[in-house]
Amino acid sequence: MIELRVNGTAKKFDGDVDMPLLWFLRDVLELTGTKFGCGLGLCGACTVHVNGAAVRSCQTTMKAAAGKSVTTIEGLAHHPVQTAWEHGNVPQCGYCQSGQIMQAVALLKEKPKPTDKDIDDIMQGNICRCGTYQRIRAAIKTAAGVRA
Amino acid sequence: MNRVELVVSRRGFLGMFSAGAFVLATDLKADAPIWQPNVYLGMESSGVVTIVAHRSEMGTGIKTALPMVAADELDVDFKNVRVEQAIGDAKYGSQDTDGSNSIRSFYEPLRIAGATARLMLERAAAAKWAVSAAECKGRNEQVVHLPTGRKIAYRELVTQAASQAVPKKDELTYKSPAEYRYIGKAQPIVDLTDICTGKAVFGIDAKMPGMVYASIERSPVMGGKIASVDDSEARKVTGVSQTVTLDPLKPPYGFQALGGVAVIADNTWSAMQGRKKLKVDWDLGANAGFDSGAFKKTLQDSARQPGKVARNVGDVDGEFAKAESTKGSNIHEVEYYVPMLAHAPMEPPAAVAEFKDGKVIAWTCTQNPQAVQATVAAAVGIKPADVTCHVTLLGGGFGRKSKPDYVAEAALLSKKIGKPVKVVWSREEDIHFDYYHSVAAMYMKAATDAKGRPTAWLQRSAFPPIEMMFDATAKYGGSEMAMGWNDLPYDIPNHRAENGPATAPVRIGWMRSVANIFHAFGVQSFTDELAAAANRDRVEYLLEMLGSQRVIDLANGRGGGDQRYPLDVGRLRHVVELAAEKSEWAKKKSGAGHGFGIAVHRSFLSYIAAVVEVEVDAKGKVKIPRVDFAVDAGMVVHPERVTAQFEGAAVFGTSVAMMGEITLGDGRVQQGNFNNYPVARMPEAPLMTHVHIVPSSAAPAGVGEPGVPVMAPAICNAIFAATGKRVRDLPVRKQKLV
Repeated sequence: MIELRVNGTAKKFDGDVDMPLLWFLRDVLELTGTKFGCGLGLCGACTVHVNGAAVRSCQTTMKAAAGKSVTTIEGLAHHPVQTAWEHGNVPQCGYCQSGQIMQAVALLKEKPKPTDKDIDDIMQGNICRCGTYQRIRAAIKTAAGVRA
Repeated sequence: MNRVELVVSRRGFLGMFSAGAFVLATDLKADAPIWQPNVYLGMESSGVVTIVAHRSEMGTGIKTALPMVAADELDVDFKNVRVEQAIGDAKYGSQDTDGSNSIRSFYEPLRIAGATARLMLERAAAAKWAVSAAECKGRNEQVVHLPTGRKIAYRELVTQAASQAVPKKDELTYKSPAEYRYIGKAQPIVDLTDICTGKAVFGIDAKMPGMVYASIERSPVMGGKIASVDDSEARKVTGVSQTVTLDPLKPPYGFQALGGVAVIADNTWSAMQGRKKLKVDWDLGANAGFDSGAFKKTLQDSARQPGKVARNVGDVDGEFAKAESTKGSNIHEVEYYVPMLAHAPMEPPAAVAEFKDGKVIAWTCTQNPQAVQATVAAAVGIKPADVTCHVTLLGGGFGRKSKPDYVAEAALLSKKIGKPVKVVWSREEDIHFDYYHSVAAMYMKAATDAKGRPTAWLQRSAFPPIEMMFDATAKYGGSEMAMGWNDLPYDIPNHRAENGPATAPVRIGWMRSVANIFHAFGVQSFTDELAAAANRDRVEYLLEMLGSQRVIDLANGRGGGDQRYPLDVGRLRHVVELAAEKSEWAKKKSGAGHGFGIAVHRSFLSYIAAVVEVEVDAKGKVKIPRVDFAVDAGMVVHPERVTAQFEGAAVFGTSVAMMGEITLGDGRVQQGNFNNYPVARMPEAPLMTHVHIVPSSAAPAGVGEPGVPVMAPAICNAIFAATGKRVRDLPVRKQKLV
């Protein structure tokens, strides 16, 4: 039996310990804000926080998540990054944006005043096929209070 | 009296409103009747207005923009409007959200919906006050009696309005542009907060009670059939309940399910794991030898030969013969190639469907719910009217989700196992089994005079046409011909466009801007090459090629023929000039790894020019610091989202130009995920895209797609300006630039 915390609540799981956290969140807990995009850690759509760090939940097994504290987009309440995202009308289709937001939150935790290069380095793992990168960059700067 | 009463849940017309809570159609309970003067609009006795979004939302903002039009004419606060996504139903008109067509075709109907409701409210107030309806005006959710200033809220008039006869179109009055509250102004998309908080519901998120999950193993080669299946290991996987065989599809492929072996499980992961354990022997059939490298040569050969004439002006052959014997004239012959491309929307194809009592209910991310009805009905042997298709948000579409094969899979499986089934494609399936953007070869020839101006121009293309999906014998371009091939807007006395035969054993389909991608690449690259050969300024040369302000007659099926949308060369000239002005073209100097390129193209009735700036470093790595788009799309409903569409098109077009390529060997697609089918990531995307929209009162044109075609030629023209290296075969990443 695997025990973990998801968005502050204790959860248990007694299935395949190799199941990626992504599918536990989506299919078992029905927290569908975390998205499937590639299954190989290439696109970032499934990004969540495990013990505060951004990880790809499609590459994080339940075994690896045991005992950890997981935060998903549903557990992120009124974060300044979300406010900046809305203010900048970032999303188009919106599908990748949970992952983008979770990654951006982690970026700002590490680099509260990121440079363009910091943003490129950290955000390049998150694909947006609609092409909202310009607004993602601007929204991160807004949330960080740095000049665009 | 044409009063229409619709009995619905308080949650709305369709029970789908209410973000986050995913309400199933079966949850509907008879509840408050509302007044529905029009299929797109209804009002409850409380005054709450519901506007139906009947087109699919895949990121263009259409679910917000069309309701804005109706809300504006009705003159209600958009904050008080509930927007509900329609199920598939022909009563809404076409729901095929494709071809950059939603505003073009439905601006007017939504305007009528709002104006109709307002007039009925005005008449209801007039009747109540016993005054002339002409003296009553609906504004800001109230009807005002103009002579006395008396007011009454819309909500107090709902019952009386509902008993009014529905007015005819010629009785309606419309706002003047100066009175618009929403049209032409910024408005956050209706799902913005839900998206930013993870509550938005996409096809992959849809649920039905008791549903199981399927993952399907399909023939690696198109047309392959199952020889034998050993599912014993698959059935041992925890969570897997059974496997189900689906029949292979038959040509023409259309939107049929591909067939294969489905593994059914109680979660997505188990289904995918089970599928990996299947042992399937395939009878791969006739296409197992197909190789895209050899096919490239076949296509190029086809493009070099005289083809079917798509447009002929003057005497091209005579002029070429003359030029060959005239001193001072030059002959230019060049070939271009654009490979097959995959759509790769971030949300792969996904659907949940239940077959029960001879009817199907489906929830899915589709661009075309009426095609879902037809396709599912044909697959399971029922009538289209017995298929209810609920439309979720789409995690990208780009044309992939206008083909509902994946919904047919879910319905077929549900019929076979008697439970609701959810089908989610893996990324590998999405890339391996797409309806690809067609590969194309182009051959271009021109004779130029001493100033470098063409006296004759010949363009030939060959590509497997989309029509193959509906007619297995099709070899020539159909609708593709009007996408940048038979509608060359240049002032050249002798000009011919041809199309050679081609066919390929893959599924081909519309992808964002379709054949415009390769046609614009050929025409706009060739134009740049001719300008370069004559050492001419590109903007000046382009304007000279376009010639005088005039309307080109595209009658007889050449490029549209819709009388509201003549091919107006003046508008093309203007976007070239605007893009040049805004990018400060005249002040820019290219060379030493830094260059500027321009391209212009009309597609989906919009006039677009782009200036692209590139930096090419010593290793040949390309960066795009800036893109300037000049956009004349006629009247624009939602300029902020139009801007977003062009920002996105700059990135999509960058992926097309720089990265995208699907290849096949032994009949199998050789790419499978974002490692070997790369798409633009943040550092590779244009850093800053500026969108300059031409103010216009012309009929609205398309915006979702037209930004894409100019990108590849503008990028490659900029690379040439920066490095002297001409890229004629895409993608750029496969070419040596230094």
